[in-house]
Amino acid sequence: MATIKPRVKVPSTATVGEVITIKTLINHTMESGQRKDKKTGELIPRKIINKFSASFNGTPVITVELEPAVSANPYFEFAMKVPEAGTVHFEWVDDDGTVYSAEKQIAIG
Amino acid sequence: MEFTRRDACALGIGLAAAAVCAGTAVPAFADADATAAAIAEFTGGGAMADTGVELTAPEIAENGNTVPVEVSAGDDAVSIMVLASGNPNPGVVTFHFGELAGSRAASTRIRLAKTQDVIAVAKMADGSFAKASRTIKVTIGGCGG
Repeated sequence: MATIKPRVKVPSTATVGEVITIKTLINHTMESGQRKDKKTGELIPRKIINKFSASFNGTPVITVELEPAVSANPYFEFAMKVPEAGTVHFEWVDDDGTVYSAEKQIAIG
Repeated sequence: MEFTRRDACALGIGLAAAAVCAGTAVPAFADADATAAAIAEFTGGGAMADTGVELTAPEIAENGNTVPVEVSAGDDAVSIMVLASGNPNPGVVTFHFGELAGSRAASTRIRLAKTQDVIAVAKMADGSFAKASRTIKVTIGGCGG
């Protein structure tokens, strides 16, 4: 099974007040719980990322609730206002409670 | 007419393909009631305006496993919920915009089990709601098989 690895694309510098585009991706099968194991005929249990959030210097940017209908390797693109230099913090929460996270610094310049 | 073995095989493969497609089981699909219930839970049963939220998606999805969609609403939107009325469960994704959101818009990729209406419902800061919907055709061969 592939390692679950988040990838984020954030500009490394921005001007104060600029609106930047952020793209995020995490490798995750997003097992919907609807598929059947071909050999045993049993339902493969659901296991998805059910929540994604991004915050900047502690202030929320976006929070997303995911259902199994989000495609595998969930991809999100959204915009963020840059008030100052700082750190964007991303978190993905798996059904099993595991939290995956990533961080990116943004400098003003 | 008797089913030949060939017919039985084709039927079996067809079912299996449909089952793998978009990770859904063949028999159960959401009906209009389930979708209406999901919307009512989000809106509290209130009326929804026709304008105020936009849903951008391809008219024809080549691959039902990954259909790109974008939702966007005016700056007074607080959250946007996306539903797929023809999937086994209608809920797909809900975006909640925080203080530092640069716009009330987001893009993602979703799974669609078959041709259906995809609906976006936006909740505004003043407690009102807006709705947009789009029919997306999902081609049979779209699940890569």
